[in-house]
This record gives sequence, structure tokens and C-alpha cells, in this order.
Amino acid sequence: MTEALLTALSWLLLAGGLLFFAAGSIGLLRFPDACSRLHALTKADALGLGLVVAGLICRADGPLTVARPLLIWLLLLASSATACLLLARLVREERDDG
Amino acid sequence: MAEWLLDGTLGLLLLGLAGGALLAPSLYAGILLFMAFGLVLALVWARLGAPDLALAEAAIGAGLTGVLLFAALARQEQAEAAATERRPLLAAALVVLPLAILLLQGLVPSLALAPDLPDSIRSHLPDSGVSHPVTAVLLNFRAWDTLLELAVLLLALLGARQLGPARFAVAAPWPLLQAWSRLLAPLLVLTGGYLLWRGSHAPGGAFQGGALFAAALVLLRLAGLLPALRWSSWPLRLVLLIGLLLFLAVAAGTAWLGAGWLSYPPAWAGALILAIETAAILSIAFTLSLLVIGEEPPG
Repeated sequence: MTEALLTALSWLLLAGGLLFFAAGSIGLLRFPDACSRLHALTKADALGLGLVVAGLICRADGPLTVARPLLIWLLLLASSATACLLLARLVREERDDG
Repeated sequence: MAEWLLDGTLGLLLLGLAGGALLAPSLYAGILLFMAFGLVLALVWARLGAPDLALAEAAIGAGLTGVLLFAALARQEQAEAAATERRPLLAAALVVLPLAILLLQGLVPSLALAPDLPDSIRSHLPDSGVSHPVTAVLLNFRAWDTLLELAVLLLALLGARQLGPARFAVAAPWPLLQAWSRLLAPLLVLTGGYLLWRGSHAPGGAFQGGALFAAALVLLRLAGLLPALRWSSWPLRLVLLIGLLLFLAVAAGTAWLGAGWLSYPPAWAGALILAIETAAILSIAFTLSLLVIGEEPPG
């Protein structure tokens, strides 16, 4: 019973993650200016990967397979937040110059 | 079915990205597509069961080469509008097609050969000093190739230096970038060292680890946490040379005292390979980072 519940939960989380990835990609393509594109890309991707990681953890068979995706997610969270802020700063500087 | 779907998508994506990188209207878009191509290629290598190549492709092919291309683009003058004419394409086709025909004729006989290399490698693996076949080939059975690769890397750096010192003005560092690189650089060094150590029994090695070290160096330099690398300082020159020097010393030593050029005595092979790889990873890391960030801008 718990087995089936876990599998169902995992599929739900994976599908949710893919939905966020798709939304982020569409936002990246369709939004008008750099700042809103960054907004779509980094936030939706961080959440999307988080959901995918949560979905994969539901199928994990040991502490290592839980810890590894979690670490990857944390690394990506920090790195994408930093990259987003750096790009946003660059955009602002260029706008102030031009 | 799902595997075919994944592999087919990866293959089509690879072809599309390659075409896009070649035919992109602007160099900037071309470089971006080339980096995406490198990442997909790394996935393809991983799917083909070649994690060594996947690691090297992701670290060097997609990462550092992309940064190098961007740095080159930033230094270029804005005179690139008339780059896509018909005549160079025709001339290229005239050169490449006969070459391709010649190469294919040379390749056809090799299709009939039965591949006996895997068995031969497996039977000699216990004597190689390492338990990972790829490392055994790269640093023992075909160590000459790796030695020459290090020489090529050094020649590339010397050639780039002949074109004049790289002018790379580092922007005023942002505190956020500094904080993040303080966290990220130790992780990169740790991962690079792990890859080096792991190379003896699993996918990994000096080139992959060296690329990660170089990434850490470049990151710290861009964040203004590392002083500029000075070409005039002799420790830097020694580090650039030490991989090649140690490799040559081992080659000469084995030729003089042992069985011949680069045929290690089995009892010493493991230690020799580890020493060569450790020296090579330092040389590779500093060569790659010098290629990317150059030295101190004049003035």
C-alpha cells in the first residue's frame, strides 16, 4: 500500500517539476525584457528541479540516493540565485548607461 | 522504447545544435549553441557508457572552450558582419569532400578487423598499476599520446602568448560573487582532487580534474580574490612545465634504467602514474586558466 502511494506521489512530483520547467522555458522565450526572463528562468527552474528531486527521493533506496540529489539541488539553488543577481545587476548597469 | 526515445531525441538535438552553431547569424549565438552542443554531447557520451569522455567533454568541451570563445569574441573588433559568404563554403567543400573520400577508403578495411583490443587491455590490466582500463591506456599503454597532449597544451599557451598579452580587465568585484566563489572554489578543488584520485579505478583523471581546478582559479580571479598571474614569476613557469617535465623524466628514466621508453616496471607503475597525473593536473589547471584569464593587464 505505501509502495503504491509512494510511486503515485513520486509521479505527481515529477510531473509538477516538468510543468515548472516548461513554464520557465516558455517564460524565457516569451517574456519581453531581460529581468522578467531571468525571473521566469531561475525561479521556475529552482522549483522545478526541487520537485523533480523530491520525486526521485520518493524512489530512493538508501541514504546516499537521498543525499546526493539534495546536495545537487542546494548547489543549483545557490548558483542560480547568484548568477541571476549578477545578470540582473549587469542589465541595470547597462540600462543606466544607455 | 523509452530508451530509444531518449537516444533519438539526444541524437537529433545534437545534430540540430551542431547545424545551429555553424550557421548561426551572429558569432555570439554560435558560441551559445556550441556550448549547448557540448553539454548534449557529454550526455551522449554518458549514454554510450563512456563517462570519462562525458566528464572531459562537459568540463573542457562545453565549459572552458565556451569561456575561451567568449573571451576571444570580447577581444575581437566589431568587424564580423561579412563573415558568411558563399565562396568560402564552396572552397571548404572542395577541400573537405576529397579528404572525406580518402579517409573513408582508409577506414573501410578496418571494419573487417575483429576488435581484439579490449581483450588485450584486459589481459595486461594487472600489470598497469591501475584498475581502470581508460587510465591504464592513457597513462601506461599509450602514455606517449598523453605526453604529446601535454606538449600540445603547452604549445597552445605559448602560441597564444605570441599574439600579445591578453588584455583582460577584471571588473570591480561584487560582494555576492566573492561570497559565492569563496564557497564554490573549495568545492571545485575538492571535486577535482577526487576525480584525480578516482582515476586509478573509475572514470576520472588529470584532464577532467585539471579543468575543475582551472574553473576554480578563473572564478577566484574574476571575483578579485586572487592576485593576477604573472608570467615573469618562475614558480608559475615551473608549474606550467612540471607535468611535461616529470613525464619526460619518467620516459628518460625508464629508457635508461628499465625496459624502454615509458614502459614502467609493474611494481612501480601505480605510484609513477599517480605522480605523473598529480604533476599534470597542476600544469593543465594553470595552462587553462592562463589561456582564459591571461595575465595582468598592462598599465
